[in-house]
Amino acid sequence: MTATAPQSAALRPPTRSLAQRAPDILVWGGVIAFLVISFGPVEISRLPLLFSNSENMQQFGRDLLRPDFTDWKLYVSQMWLTVQIALWGTCLAVFLAIPFGLVCARNISPPWLQQPMRLLMNLLRSIPDLVIGLLFIVAVGLGPFAGVMALALNTGGVLAKLFSEAVESIDRGPVEGVRATGATPLQEVIWGVIPQVAPLWSSYALYRFESNSRSATVLGLIGAGGIGQTLFESLNGFNYPQVSAIAIVIVVAVTLIDMLSQTIRARLL
Amino acid sequence: MTDAAVLSVRNASKSFGPRKALDGVSLSVARGEMIALIGPSGSGKSTLLRSISGLQTIDPGAGVIEAFGGPVQAGGKISRKVRDTRIRVGFIFQQFNLVGRLSLFTNVALGSLGRIPMLRGTLGLWPRETQDAVMAALSRVGVADYAGQRANTLSGGQQQRGAIARALVQKAKIILADEPVASLDPVSARKVMELLTDLNAVDGLTVVVTLHQVDYALRYCKRVVALKAGKVVYDGPIDGLDRARLIDIYGPEFEDAFWEGAPK
Repeated sequence: MTATAPQSAALRPPTRSLAQRAPDILVWGGVIAFLVISFGPVEISRLPLLFSNSENMQQFGRDLLRPDFTDWKLYVSQMWLTVQIALWGTCLAVFLAIPFGLVCARNISPPWLQQPMRLLMNLLRSIPDLVIGLLFIVAVGLGPFAGVMALALNTGGVLAKLFSEAVESIDRGPVEGVRATGATPLQEVIWGVIPQVAPLWSSYALYRFESNSRSATVLGLIGAGGIGQTLFESLNGFNYPQVSAIAIVIVVAVTLIDMLSQTIRARLL
Repeated sequence: MTDAAVLSVRNASKSFGPRKALDGVSLSVARGEMIALIGPSGSGKSTLLRSISGLQTIDPGAGVIEAFGGPVQAGGKISRKVRDTRIRVGFIFQQFNLVGRLSLFTNVALGSLGRIPMLRGTLGLWPRETQDAVMAALSRVGVADYAGQRANTLSGGQQQRGAIARALVQKAKIILADEPVASLDPVSARKVMELLTDLNAVDGLTVVVTLHQVDYALRYCKRVVALKAGKVVYDGPIDGLDRARLIDIYGPEFEDAFWEGAPK
């Protein structure tokens, strides 16, 4: 024991050399430099206006505290329309994502099919639903259908990726079990793959329904119908008590959908 | 033996990177045989069995695998008609490979996929005969009471018996069993081995079973094929497997390959 004492005193806590710390310094330094460069263009210097224009803010705040629910029937029916847009958008997206998710999965799809499909799905995902919505408004006119299509395409791309990742993490064993019975490739997928991914797929779809009910609200702002459009009209008329009432309807509805979907998802997994 | 061969493997090799899992293996199996495939871990037993079912390709070259006189694979390519062969070859896996979230009934009904019209199989509209065959098979292997339960709620022994029922519904003429008892407790293991022996003796099925424990080979099989480093080092009656041969196959620690003690 005594012999080892000087040795243990010589042990030093581990230190990191400059070379090891360089990546950290580079990343953090880069982030800070980027923030400094962007300070001017995004006009952060106007932050004090929030307080110096306090007259405006006070008026705005007072009105928001007096929600005007006279038209509540309209708000609820428009909110319902928004939820319906989200429902159909998500449903069409799931129908897109099932075949595309399967052909994008590395473990069951041949490379010549999987690579171009992945590119296509990346493309769908990278276009924001607002942009797709604007395109469809040009194509099919103002209204909920444009919103449904915008959600369907964007969410279709997102779900296809999530679905294919779920497929890539399955256990190969049961699929081989089905294959060994002389099943066709389609039957292998239906009986060996789908049962394994079904809970995860349902959970992803529900989660996207949750976030689509929020996106559908925003899509209303560009004229794709629903509560967002009503909100936009009240905002443009400076009718803040109505804006406040609509905002409360949205918050309550979205929270209810979140809670419902989380309860279902907790049971799935 | 070769004239009535239901399975024939000629000069099959398989490499995984630099390692040769199979190295020029030839094997001929006659109708109605029950063969134990033994050898230390990594000797190529599983690879051989999986290649016979076309679940895995062998190296391109001279290797040929045939079943019922038709090709399973040759020259490193799986035959296009492999499904016709698979329908008649039941495969039992070490990890059972039932689909966990499907009921035991559905899992066993999947055995009929190759025999019923494709649309019915794809949609799961099992014909009356399939339903009857499933229940009969489940009852024969002794797990009919669990037909409605999800497969992943069953014990290993129950799942493995379900897998055998699946092969029965498949009306397989050959059963390839890859370490069927390696994941089971001794009682379940004995039941599964007795079922396989029964299928061989009563139904006349050809059974090829890879075994980790040489005890089982000694007790249940007449012919033994031993692999070592991808080569067949013994192929003959079980009586010929004496101490010297076992040392040759497993090395001086060959007694580890027994549960209940090696023969003197």
